Amino acid sequence: MHSGEGEQPFHYAIGRYGSKFLSEIRDNKQFYGIKCPKCGKVYVPPREVCGPCFTKMTEWVKVADEGKLYSYTILRFAFLDPETGKQKPVPYGYAFITLDGADTAFQHFVEITDESKVKVGARVKAIFEDKRYGKITDIKHFVIID
Amino acid sequence: MGKKRTAIVATGQTHHRSSRLDVNGIELINEAVVRCLEDGDLTIEDIDAVVIGNMDHFEGINYVDTWSIDGSGGFMKPTFKLTTGGTTGSTVGQSGFYLTASGMFDKVLCIGWEKNSESDTTAAITTAFDPIWDRLVFAGAIGGLAVEATKYMSEYGATEEDAAHVAVRDRTHALNNPYAQLRKPITLEDVMSSPMLSDPIKLLDVCPRTDGACAVVWANEDYAEKICSRPAWYHAGSVKHPFNLLGDTDLTTLVSMELASKEAYKKAGIKEPLKEIDVMELYLPYSCAGLSWIEAIGLCERGGAPRLVRDGVTNMDGELPINPSGGVIATNCIGATALLRMAEAAIQVMGKGGDRQVPDVETAVATGFGGCFWSDISVLRSKKP
Repeated sequence: MHSGEGEQPFHYAIGRYGSKFLSEIRDNKQFYGIKCPKCGKVYVPPREVCGPCFTKMTEWVKVADEGKLYSYTILRFAFLDPETGKQKPVPYGYAFITLDGADTAFQHFVEITDESKVKVGARVKAIFEDKRYGKITDIKHFVIID
Repeated sequence: MGKKRTAIVATGQTHHRSSRLDVNGIELINEAVVRCLEDGDLTIEDIDAVVIGNMDHFEGINYVDTWSIDGSGGFMKPTFKLTTGGTTGSTVGQSGFYLTASGMFDKVLCIGWEKNSESDTTAAITTAFDPIWDRLVFAGAIGGLAVEATKYMSEYGATEEDAAHVAVRDRTHALNNPYAQLRKPITLEDVMSSPMLSDPIKLLDVCPRTDGACAVVWANEDYAEKICSRPAWYHAGSVKHPFNLLGDTDLTTLVSMELASKEAYKKAGIKEPLKEIDVMELYLPYSCAGLSWIEAIGLCERGGAPRLVRDGVTNMDGELPINPSGGVIATNCIGATALLRMAEAAIQVMGKGGDRQVPDVETAVATGFGGCFWSDISVLRSKKP
């Protein structure tokens, strides 16, 4: 039994904090984090509540479009992307990036042209699309810069 | 009515295969339930309530509590559904403890099950994560775990071969378990030369997808010893959920397991886990977890696991055998997986393990693990608490 060509569109509200983050990427190529007034942790991506402190966060903080690889993997097996229903283009670099000024890791693609350079701690920089729509894919990927 | 002492008194599981086309979901569930009732010499009339769980978006049919009622035995009984991802089985299992310990029910049947052959596991798991921040790059369980392995190996200098020892150990143990899915011996070389799926995880480092089900019966102290001559008494447990998005986590160790095990050991009065625990059934879905997570659970200092595993301390004949059943690397019917850990720990306490029995088990530990790096732990003992 298969579900065939059927589609199941859905709407997802990213919220005011997520909207600001994506708008700033679109309009100014600027990353923003949010700082917890209690523990001081800077979250990227931003969200309203610091889970451990259970405190509302309101202080926006500019963070760099550069950072370092917290961790990564290179995906090599074929699998279906549930967002598109199509096979994901493997291999690709899956990166956890700690942007300078942030305390959590931001997930995105990392370029793997030279796999030997993809290492924990490697410096990376965001490459933005020329035309941006306020989507997470307005960031093309990150590249290794050292 | 107050808190009652309570124990697992019966267990049952299906034979596990990558695809069980011979049965539908209801029949698969029923196979485990019937075996479980037989194990305790019980009938369905003895059961006061049923708890059932799976990954409800996997098979594409929600409300398993309603559609599987014929197979589960829940007809005209209180029936509860629980779904917590990878930990579904242990959540179901621990709820059986809470329901009997509260005195609300005397005997509770807990069921975990999955027909992974009817699911695209990687795509389905991906939909359990944030649509905007997680899903762009996330590739189901394997991708997420690979990122953890990279960080652990980079931090402590552990190697892919260190991890491969865990896969070989668990797959070797599985040879003793007639219910395990993968029962073919493998070597270190086999693991190392298997195809790379997501660096540094190779095909033989990671669990399979399995069709299968597991059931256990909990009974409180008014009934437990009448049903089972050597019940597996619940002594302590803990559940920890660490964070929101995947990028928030500390991947150098499994923080949720570290905190959950500390709490459970304190409740159970365990000071030196390696010495005081006789056997562990750990939810280790891939080989590197068998290094990092046994440090988190307190068996050795951080970075010490590769040595411990290489020295055979966790083998069947070692000081603390881990996964006599073959564990998750041999069998992974996701909604049943963590309940299998609990059932196998109970089997060890009951002394019903057959070829996979560790001698003289007085204390057994079982764990669960789920998507966003959350963990739980249960301590079962032969001695009444």
